[in-house]
Amino acid sequence: MSATFPAAPILPGESKIRADMNGRPPASRRVSPWADALFSALAHGAAWLTLALLAAILVSLVVGAAPAIQAYGLSFLWTSEWDPVQNRYGGLVMIYGTLMTSFIALLIAVPVSFGIALFLTELSPLWLKRPLGTAIELLAAVPSIVYGMWGLLVFSPILSRFVQQPLQSVFKGVPLLGSLFSGPPVGIGLLSAGIILAIMIIPFIASVMRDVFDVTPPMLKESAYALGSTTWEVVWKVVLPYTKTGVVGGVMLGLGRAIGETMAVTFVIGNFNQLNSLSLFDAANSITSALANEFGEAAPGLHQASLIYLGLVLFLITFVVLSISKILLQQLKKREGQVA
Amino acid sequence: MKTLLVAASAAASLGVGGVAVAQDMTGAGATFPAPIYAKWADAYHKATGARLNYQSVGSGAGMQQIRAKTVDFGASDMPLADDVLAKDGLVQFPTVIGGVVPVVNIKGIAPGQIKLTGQLLGDIYLGKITKWNDPVLAAINPGVPLPDEAISPVRRADGSGTSFIFTNYLSKTNPDWKAKVGEGTAVNWPTGAGGKGNEGVAAFVQRLPNSIGYVEYAYAKQNKMTHTLLKNKDGKFVPPDADNFKAAAAGADWSKSFFQVLTEQPGKDTWPISGATFILMHRNPEKPANTANVLKFFDWAYANGDKMADDLEYVPLPAPVKDLVRKSWAANIKDGSGKALAGK
Repeated sequence: MSATFPAAPILPGESKIRADMNGRPPASRRVSPWADALFSALAHGAAWLTLALLAAILVSLVVGAAPAIQAYGLSFLWTSEWDPVQNRYGGLVMIYGTLMTSFIALLIAVPVSFGIALFLTELSPLWLKRPLGTAIELLAAVPSIVYGMWGLLVFSPILSRFVQQPLQSVFKGVPLLGSLFSGPPVGIGLLSAGIILAIMIIPFIASVMRDVFDVTPPMLKESAYALGSTTWEVVWKVVLPYTKTGVVGGVMLGLGRAIGETMAVTFVIGNFNQLNSLSLFDAANSITSALANEFGEAAPGLHQASLIYLGLVLFLITFVVLSISKILLQQLKKREGQVA
Repeated sequence: MKTLLVAASAAASLGVGGVAVAQDMTGAGATFPAPIYAKWADAYHKATGARLNYQSVGSGAGMQQIRAKTVDFGASDMPLADDVLAKDGLVQFPTVIGGVVPVVNIKGIAPGQIKLTGQLLGDIYLGKITKWNDPVLAAINPGVPLPDEAISPVRRADGSGTSFIFTNYLSKTNPDWKAKVGEGTAVNWPTGAGGKGNEGVAAFVQRLPNSIGYVEYAYAKQNKMTHTLLKNKDGKFVPPDADNFKAAAAGADWSKSFFQVLTEQPGKDTWPISGATFILMHRNPEKPANTANVLKFFDWAYANGDKMADDLEYVPLPAPVKDLVRKSWAANIKDGSGKALAGK
């Protein structure tokens, strides 16, 4: 920006030093020779530290879970019995609960977040933009325990009364949907955990989406408008393709939070280790909730090892989810420019 | 300014460190007795200047920490069997007694109005009795307006000593429960929603209409929850209160072993789901001086702490049991040269 061609601009603080040198260049370089090396070493160190930590977590999880891995192998993943008295453990209930609640959360949060971001970037009057954006960012800062308590004390009675009971009476006797909505309508279980998670991750996904929508070059959008596109067409065919990496990244950030969320889920999921039905109303359990509840009192041995095994599974689920998102992005990139 | 700050913080950390070296005792374990240990520790600090640092991390974690020798004593709501203690070189002794209380939330039902037995309680938690107006419930509760509504059982989701005492009671009184579920700090619950901690169960019970749960007595009392009566071993229906917990402790035979679960004890006033909470220590500790201090602390608490325990709704041990514990210290906890550490 500023004119740089004669020499580096003389900053106010430096002018005195230069004057002392009678106009000759300073004897010592402004940046000490080792500073570059130090900075590079620090940056490298920080990067490697992350990798080392990741490897260390993985190794300690595997070591801690070793007794359970030896005892059950992969059958742990599809066994649903969790019986600390008989010392028999299987992780299916928790794995199912984690995946199902996260899925419900995404199902609700992605469209809503998309709507929020769309409104903020394309439709909102200027005076509303900033307060609304700040409000969404503030929501992201609410501690998860608050969501959990609110979910248990305020939200679940409402869900039970105005959603679950009507749904049950409507779908009574309908084959598949009927079984999805069976069970006691007490407002605790997979569905309420999924909805609470959705509320928690909407701010994350929405604010990332808004930020990436904002960086779409106005020229592209204006060109599309000039060709007669509707707002929907501009967003769907110009903004979204331009920002897809960021959008997928935002969704993944939300999903990561949903999979790893502990406190809020513990409050509303019911912590029930049986897989009796497919019902979304039934109390269930998630990996994080089982860990939070049982780790403190778990006897050393198979119980603790099985809990750590669950932690390892959670780690792998996160890894798989991230990999899938990367593959998805690559596929999208490959198709770029082709006629749909 | 900066040097001043550095100097001040250095002085502060030195000050804290100095006290810590003097007479710090560390313990970790059960959450249930944590409030009374904290109160005793505070009073003991005022009386003697010694500090006790107790981390309420859960019975399981407490056992682990005392085995790993990272603390001077562990605390557990679940007593360890004598052979396990011998294997790990540990000694256990009880400190205070508490009770577990079934609580319900049914419209129009007052505290103490519903009578239950262990058999019925077990069947409710097994999912065999599903309605409040089930004929077997109505039979022992004549005249009580039991609603035609489904029972929502609520239980602890986290592993806990409370669950251990409760499931131990159900195993003793309901053969089906013993065969299908068993006892432990965490079990494979066949039914019911799980709340985290006493407060989690209490929140569920207060929120869900027609629910039943179980909480520590102190918790039920402070929150004015609707408790039920239970039939004890002598066939009498009794309410949960401090005297009835004490009756359970008096009926147990502590002289052979401190491994006593105070459920379904004999006695006409006995509350059937009572239990003591325990301290675990090493027989031959690595730091004899610390162990001697811990014993001194509990000796002091036995002598001076009953009133504080009463205030917090815990039940102090009967005097003969305290004497037995003191004898056990003298006989079992020794330093490297074989000298007893108690009273040092």
